[in-house]
Amino acid sequence: MPETLVFYAFSGLAIGASALVIGQRNPMYSVMMLIASFGALAGLYVQLDAPFVAVAQIIIYAGAIMVLFLFVVMLLNAPKEDGAEWDRSHPLRQPAVVRFGGLLALLLVVQLGWALLSARGLGGPVGAIGDAETVASVRVLGRVLFTEYVFAFEATSILILVAMVGAVVLARREGEGS
Amino acid sequence: MIPLNHYLIVSAMLFAIGTTGVLLRRNLITILLSIEIMLNAVNLTFIAFGRQLGSVDGQIIVFFVMTVAAAEAAVGLAIVIGLFRHRESLNPDAFAALKW
Repeated sequence: MPETLVFYAFSGLAIGASALVIGQRNPMYSVMMLIASFGALAGLYVQLDAPFVAVAQIIIYAGAIMVLFLFVVMLLNAPKEDGAEWDRSHPLRQPAVVRFGGLLALLLVVQLGWALLSARGLGGPVGAIGDAETVASVRVLGRVLFTEYVFAFEATSILILVAMVGAVVLARREGEGS
Repeated sequence: MIPLNHYLIVSAMLFAIGTTGVLLRRNLITILLSIEIMLNAVNLTFIAFGRQLGSVDGQIIVFFVMTVAAAEAAVGLAIVIGLFRHRESLNPDAFAALKW
């Protein structure tokens, strides 16, 4: 089953890389690992008949957003987290808190398992309904985006404009310009 | 064919990893990266459900999520730069004071 193999390879890569993002202290390596994770997720999107989203994922996330992160990490010359003094002093490290958190995590896993087992239709194969051509078609995607979701699309453009102005204002040095 | 279950479990694991990162890491940049992991986990759920139902709506929502993530990253990183200028630190515990 090459399909199953590809799925497990990509999801394993995504989860492993994401775990490495939060598992180390150097932010530079974290950003690199997150790019790997996004690449693996793009593979999963291709498998789910969403090639356009996969390409957008690579271009926007791995390309634009991660470059922004890398730029800031280098600009700030970001120091490594010093874990030693935090490990002992942080309130989350008290044994009672750890035990309570563990209990909550266990409860969450049990609930998720119960929900997955009791909900109908979740065990069926993905892609049984609808044909792959319609879902994967950029033409259909564009038509729905610019008819049904046109208001959300325009609102998004305003959001981008506001974010751009906000970023410029926030990152400016005080007393500079104007 | 992969069952929908599998995608949901992968997504849940990614989201849990992201939440863990936000709660445990003491570096503003890593916290923002963890938020991106969580957004991507949700994207995977949207696309899996959209494919399961045979509609493109899931993919469209993912585009909007990506746009919001880009805006969030831009503003968040600008705030991080501003904070770093004030305190020379990226540890969120250094920014406990409301005013300085």
